[in-house]
Amino acid sequence: MLPEAKRKMPPLGILLVAGAVALVACALFMTLGAKGSWSFILPFRGKKLAAMLLVAFSIAVSTVLFQTITNNRILTPSIMGFDALYALIQTGFILMFGAARVSSADPRLMFLVECGAMILFSCVLYRWLFSGAARSLHQLLLVGIIFGVLFRSLSQFMQRIIDPNDFIVLQDRLFASFNTVESDLLGIAALMIAAATLVAWRVAHTFDVLALGREMAIGLGVPHRRVTTIILVVVAVLVSASTALVGPVTFFGLLVASLAYQVMPDSRHRHVLPAAVLFAMIALVGGQIVLERIFAFDTALGIVIEFVGGLFFILLLIRGAAR
Amino acid sequence: MIRIDNVSKRYGGTLVVDGVDLTLASGGLTSIIGPNGAGKSTLLSMISRLIGMDAGTVTVDGLDVTRTPGDVLARRLSILRQDNTMTARLTVRDLVAFGRYPHNKGRLTVDDGRHIDRALAYQRAFVAMVLCQDTDYMLFDEPLNNLDIKHAVTMMRLLRRAAEDLGKTVVVVLHDINFASCHSDRIIAMKNGRVAEQGSPEEIVRAEVLEAIYGTAFAIHMIDGQRIATYFR
Repeated sequence: MLPEAKRKMPPLGILLVAGAVALVACALFMTLGAKGSWSFILPFRGKKLAAMLLVAFSIAVSTVLFQTITNNRILTPSIMGFDALYALIQTGFILMFGAARVSSADPRLMFLVECGAMILFSCVLYRWLFSGAARSLHQLLLVGIIFGVLFRSLSQFMQRIIDPNDFIVLQDRLFASFNTVESDLLGIAALMIAAATLVAWRVAHTFDVLALGREMAIGLGVPHRRVTTIILVVVAVLVSASTALVGPVTFFGLLVASLAYQVMPDSRHRHVLPAAVLFAMIALVGGQIVLERIFAFDTALGIVIEFVGGLFFILLLIRGAAR
Repeated sequence: MIRIDNVSKRYGGTLVVDGVDLTLASGGLTSIIGPNGAGKSTLLSMISRLIGMDAGTVTVDGLDVTRTPGDVLARRLSILRQDNTMTARLTVRDLVAFGRYPHNKGRLTVDDGRHIDRALAYQRAFVAMVLCQDTDYMLFDEPLNNLDIKHAVTMMRLLRRAAEDLGKTVVVVLHDINFASCHSDRIIAMKNGRVAEQGSPEEIVRAEVLEAIYGTAFAIHMIDGQRIATYFR
């Protein structure tokens, strides 16, 4: 009974073990099966590793924070239509400009446009809902689902009328893959993630209070509306950065966040957040090692993650463990 | 002193609180009673800035609740709502420790530890959290809901003690008239979004007053020097 044994460990011990495992995974990824000159291998794999670590961090933090402000354990930012919006933007670009031009455009520009669109979308949606008559997060989530369906239908429609050659390119872009990381984007993504993290750090002392629910947070003096807005923007930035780097990974955040909640003895953020980040790193880097060394690049990591994550999601629903 | 000045609240087309003017003096235990939908909980939520008002102002010691920074108000006024469910997994001590958050912003001091230990003596975790917040004004929305007789009595004694020994201003929304009669210094009766009556238990717990508020027959008995209302048959 691994979970039982783990539960008895102090939180710091779990974090140390997870950190060590993550380090070993990183070292293995960098060195395993290395043939040829190190001066080529290290930068080449280093970029991939950096992308994976950035994505792991962003997805874990954004999911946990999103679940904190919505007070639930089963919804993730993708419920707000983020991945669908990403697909829509990609499809729209390729429909308008053609695959050749999109592929040849400056990736950094594309990245900023994608991030900007996603942040704008979430802020507009949030502002609109919170300045309107009803201010419930449930309504926000429902609207998110509707938007998701709308975006998905729109991109499906565009995909029907698109040039078949362009469609192949598009399909490739819409599957999460760590082999096609745009290395030009690493720097700018890291910068955005760092900025978002800094902002989140400044309101970090409110996280645990927010998890108690809106009314109790207000009663305890947290400026609830302001802080949730800040956190939502942070989540938008993190999700945009990671999605633009490797594509949408819908269930991955749910997977690592739930794992962190289950393994850690309490749900304080100072334990859950680092745990989720470390689990995400282990899963991504470890998964990529397995993928490269065992399946010999026959499949994409995104597909494996979605498969496992989807099963886990169903399990959560059936067990009714998550509210 | 809590001053409620011409406060109104509308849900959709329904006026739930209709231009309430009310002054809650400092100290003592004040009960708010009234039939369902009278606007008791809504009024309490507006005082504690959980929901905004459509018109009017509420001030606590001269601080406008809608404009005062949340953490300033949280050191003066605490609120406990009826249903408290949460997804977080915490020990009781961790939960109670959140009562110190307005004072320490999440960094516990030795003094906080003493507050927590004292509050932990109370059996109900959420109530202990509010007591641990140690504010001058304490608002409770139907704290007796779902409590059995023993726990209800313990709860009311506890609130009574907070008012008497600690000098807190306690405001409680109650459904049980007899608890209100036996434990309150003051009773405010609401009906249809307005304050129908206010006064001491002797003034409010009278057959004709209660009949006007609840629209059903009451008989008032003096038992052990307390006014007990019966309405069961």
